[in-house]
Amino acid sequence: MSGIPHDHYEPKSGGEKWLHKRLPIVSLMYDALMLPTPKNLNWMWIFGIVLMFCLVMQIITGVLLAMHYTPHVDFAFASVEHIMRNVNGGWALRYIHQNGASLFFIAVYMHIFRGLYYGSYKAPREVTWIIGMLIYVLMMGTAFMGYVLPWGQMSFWGATVITGLFGAIPFIGEGIQTWLLGGPAVDNATLNRFLSLHFLLPFVILGLVIVHIWAFHTTGNNNPTGVEVRRTSKKEAEADTLPFWPYFVIKDLFALAVILVVFFAIVGFIPNFLGHPDNYIEANALATPAHIVPEWYFLPFYAILRAFDGEVWVVIAADFLTGGIVDAKFFGVIAMFGAIVVMALAPWLDTSSVRSGRYRPMFKLWFAIFIVNFFVLTWVGARPAEGIYPYIALIGSAYWFAYFLVILPLLGVIEKPLPQPQTIEEDFNDHYGKDYGSSGGTAAAKPTPAE
Amino acid sequence: MSHADDNSSTRRDFLYYAAGGVGAVTVGAGVWPLVNSMNPSADVQAASQLRVDISGVDIGTQLTVLFLGKPVFVRHRTPEEIAAANAVPVEDLVDPIARNPNLEGDQPATDINRTINDFNGENTEEWLVMIGVCTHLGCVPIGDGAGDFGGWFCPCHGSHYDSAGRIRRGPAPENLHIPMVEFVDETTILLG
Repeated sequence: MSGIPHDHYEPKSGGEKWLHKRLPIVSLMYDALMLPTPKNLNWMWIFGIVLMFCLVMQIITGVLLAMHYTPHVDFAFASVEHIMRNVNGGWALRYIHQNGASLFFIAVYMHIFRGLYYGSYKAPREVTWIIGMLIYVLMMGTAFMGYVLPWGQMSFWGATVITGLFGAIPFIGEGIQTWLLGGPAVDNATLNRFLSLHFLLPFVILGLVIVHIWAFHTTGNNNPTGVEVRRTSKKEAEADTLPFWPYFVIKDLFALAVILVVFFAIVGFIPNFLGHPDNYIEANALATPAHIVPEWYFLPFYAILRAFDGEVWVVIAADFLTGGIVDAKFFGVIAMFGAIVVMALAPWLDTSSVRSGRYRPMFKLWFAIFIVNFFVLTWVGARPAEGIYPYIALIGSAYWFAYFLVILPLLGVIEKPLPQPQTIEEDFNDHYGKDYGSSGGTAAAKPTPAE
Repeated sequence: MSHADDNSSTRRDFLYYAAGGVGAVTVGAGVWPLVNSMNPSADVQAASQLRVDISGVDIGTQLTVLFLGKPVFVRHRTPEEIAAANAVPVEDLVDPIARNPNLEGDQPATDINRTINDFNGENTEEWLVMIGVCTHLGCVPIGDGAGDFGGWFCPCHGSHYDSAGRIRRGPAPENLHIPMVEFVDETTILLG
């Protein structure tokens, strides 16, 4: 795999040879685990392992929670309290699962932003990026449906608002909404199917994760310089890389341990910090909470959804040009999903031939604004839709689209990039000094000065 | 032989498309029942009519009932509310359509077109019956004179409805919808 020259698995014992002829599974795992990995990866490259851990943790705790949960409108809320009070360790399972979703999204945002900064989405890694975006969308769907299951007020009204998005589609929207809900409103049928899908989708995600890993094992990892690993000889490749096991596994596990200290501190001491108190009130179809907010990880997109009301000129123009088919409501829905679509199209919108943002002085600035804007959108998404907030949301949404549709295409044309290192080895040696772990490197032939 | 080859080629093409077509129809016929199983079940569809006793709804008060999983507002309006609703020209409204399925076609959203006839067939504009679901994203608006127009206010995304349930400001595109409704005696209305 990966086209980077390296040692492959050789079955040695009789048993290994017997199995290898019939099913080369050990070879597959060996090559995946010993993948030559650029040796200059920084701490932003730990989140793949964190995400894998989150997925497994969510599946295990989720399967156990499902053994005690009752998917019925009359019993769901009480069964969650039953898990909290009666089930052995149930409180821990639930709080780990609930906060695990937050950890999952923190990690996925770090992972995505790392990809955006270091140009990991650029050729030849477009397929890895697209699959990653699919995983991200599925994660959002899974998290949304999971949030409905406790059947609290925020569960119910969040479900009403989000399924209402599909009702905004012209002509067929109402039919689709009824079909999704299984009735005229969010009710027992909705709760049942959401449990079914919430259970199913993580396994679809797991399948896509395997394809995601397969894709970047084929192209090789990106790295902070964006410079490709040399593939011309095994010696040069070995000067640029280290095997994933044990070097990166141990590094990633160390980072994971540090993250889990914080995570379990939150689970233990402030488990409801990221939740909403209204979700401890049982769902009531007759009373909307004064202020519906989605979970924090949806807030940037919720802000984009709400930003485009009927007073924004693009909305008025779209309404006029389509003869009223695209109204303010549908425009907001298009904008919200469009925000993810433009991000998925980044490989084709970014025209710069330089991969890593480290060598792009203008890009650095725009990217920094993009990150700040992400936090602004998160913040404004939790504010009520009145006063100054809709304007902030509108500016933030405009920047989100401008970043992908205007800034990324233009920067490639007008920006003068900084010089890049020739090789990963050069970057590594600049950082750590030439004597540091560069045994067998191509540059090691230089004489060391006498001391 | 070449003739035979041509023949078999067109025959093969035909068989190819025919088999493909039959396969597509079969898959479609198999998938549709699976998709349809997610549509509302028979018991959900059956609960489609409801009688509501409104004898206790005095002028200036409001009753909310749950009908088809959605709240329905029954408001007995004050003369001030009726006057306020009539004071607005239809052309100033965001949505000039009455959204009243009890009337033929798309009628203008005048106050009289939004309200219902009492048991005597006379419209005093006192009775306003609406589905209490914001036409934006489906939240339940707060009533009893809430919002900047003395009617309803949706707390989710800030849609303001006036005292006839018509959208006046905010993201909602349409007036609050009116259900199929009629008086069946002096103090009872029938929904659906």
